[in-house]
Amino acid sequence: MISHLPILQVIVPLMAAPICLLLKRSQLVWLFSLFASAIAFIISVLLLQQVMTSGVISYELGGWEAPWGIEYRIDKLNAFLLLIISAISTVVLIAAQTSIEKEIPKEKHTLFYILYLLSLTGMLGIVSTGDAFNVFVFLEISSLSAYALIALGQDRRALWASYQYLIMGTIGATFILIGIGLMYQMTGTLNMQDLSQRLPEVAQTRTVFTAFAFVIVGVCLKLALFPLHLWLPNAYAYAPSIVTAFFAATATKVAIYLLIRFTFTVFGLSFSFTTLPLQGLFLLLGLTGIFVASSAAIYQNNVKHVFAYSSIAQVGYIIVGLSTSTITGLTATLLHLFNHALMKSAIFLALGAVVYRLGNVQLSSFNGLGRQMPLTMAAIVIGGLSLIGVPLTVGFVSKWYLLTALLEKGWWPVAILILLGSLLAVIYVWRIVEAAYFKKPLADSVPVKEAPLFFLIPIWLLITANIYFGIDTRLSLQVASAAAQSLFGVSP
Amino acid sequence: MIIGLFNDWVVVVLMMIGLYIVIAHGNLIKKIVGLAIFQTSVFILYISMANVEGGSAPILAEGIKQFSNPLPHVLILTAIVVGVATTALGLALVVRIKEAYGSIEEEDIQHLDNKTQDETEIQATEGDQS
Repeated sequence: MISHLPILQVIVPLMAAPICLLLKRSQLVWLFSLFASAIAFIISVLLLQQVMTSGVISYELGGWEAPWGIEYRIDKLNAFLLLIISAISTVVLIAAQTSIEKEIPKEKHTLFYILYLLSLTGMLGIVSTGDAFNVFVFLEISSLSAYALIALGQDRRALWASYQYLIMGTIGATFILIGIGLMYQMTGTLNMQDLSQRLPEVAQTRTVFTAFAFVIVGVCLKLALFPLHLWLPNAYAYAPSIVTAFFAATATKVAIYLLIRFTFTVFGLSFSFTTLPLQGLFLLLGLTGIFVASSAAIYQNNVKHVFAYSSIAQVGYIIVGLSTSTITGLTATLLHLFNHALMKSAIFLALGAVVYRLGNVQLSSFNGLGRQMPLTMAAIVIGGLSLIGVPLTVGFVSKWYLLTALLEKGWWPVAILILLGSLLAVIYVWRIVEAAYFKKPLADSVPVKEAPLFFLIPIWLLITANIYFGIDTRLSLQVASAAAQSLFGVSP
Repeated sequence: MIIGLFNDWVVVVLMMIGLYIVIAHGNLIKKIVGLAIFQTSVFILYISMANVEGGSAPILAEGIKQFSNPLPHVLILTAIVVGVATTALGLALVVRIKEAYGSIEEEDIQHLDNKTQDETEIQATEGDQS
């Protein structure tokens, strides 16, 4: 049983999805999905423990040996990502039933859970597999269910957002497919470990350069790196709140994982960052992304749009961390993956609670909300402080490591720009605080009650995690730095 | 040189036609068709790389010594399924968009969206003043 954990991680949600169809009753389906997701979470915890104590796990699918058969390979980086995805998915699902009762017609509830589980399967699959083509298949499983989930939004703009995401996402995935094909052409293998050993022999050919370009652009489309981010704001703003909370925390993280996996493991550090100008490119795009997206966030009137743009800015920080190509920089990147997932899922869940009570998230509707929904608004404020990077929150920890990495490199102008970027975050978070605590409610608005318990439990679970991991960084830091060291080939 | 790389030229031409349609056309169905052409070009890329000169189809039979690499064929079988699913989902979305907006032209939809955006913002500013 224990030796089959890597495949169970993916199979459990995959098998749970069609079973939902048989259960039919909405409440029952919810409990079952929650159960399946919780099992996936337990498996990921066991995997992480196993990896941290005894090193890389390699699982051969169907007993076929590695370069020929499909290999599932769990190292510290994979296990860390699996933990983030399955944990966020489980916590978000607690609020799902309450939220979708208001936002999705009753006959579509079962479909919602099926799509959610399939999307979860896709993400877990991308992370666990060690086979490049398998990555493409799982990427499409998660993307196709993501398009359908976004289209479930109430507003008709959700349909348009979903369509745009479908076009961009498919182009991205097809680019990755082209890249994988060209790599196969040059090396005759699809296994990532095998690729990493065979690619250096042919590294100086134009085909490999092309393959690299296609893979990187494809992945960057998926992770919404500026200027390939255009699909993201509307998709996040008009999707059902639960979907946004789940995707904001996990979907772009999976794409960043792929970026790290391809640049560090498959193509190798010196090829990606020294032979090709990825370092300068990432630094430039990351910084531009931080400033453009943060400034755009300041001018939004829909609060979901504000935090969607802020997500693009956070991707910028993550990419800047990556561009340093040092162990500290990579540790900062991985820490921020974990921390950003905690902040954004908490904030978007709290916004889901606001939608539940008010029906919309226009900034003007937030006037006076601080008194009416104190616990929900407090959660948004703490999440916002974490985004800015105030001490005692997780945001501070990852910004601190990012700044350390930049100063180590001697890039102090970049460090100053990062701090300036954080000031922009202060402005957009302040606009929401101002509306909620310092403005009077609109004359014609109906007073609302605090969010229901099924919202408050997961929101505060995540907020507590935000503060806990801001003070006691042992777990997240230990895993992140161990993963970074193993990617650099340094034994911890 | 040009004839030897005939398949690659076809791939590149199809790929560019597909991408051009996706970018340049405002009609949502035409965009989906463009996307399908774009994906098909990648299928051809895979299939032509599997070809071995003088090789037969990868079937086990007497007298066959050389055969094409069957792995890319299998991979593309999966990719075709994914492509069909994407096209189906895209077309289903277009049907829903037609129901909700009454149009499948990108321009019309963006125009209608801008109008809704303006309305909510006007309401918001009025609310602030009251």
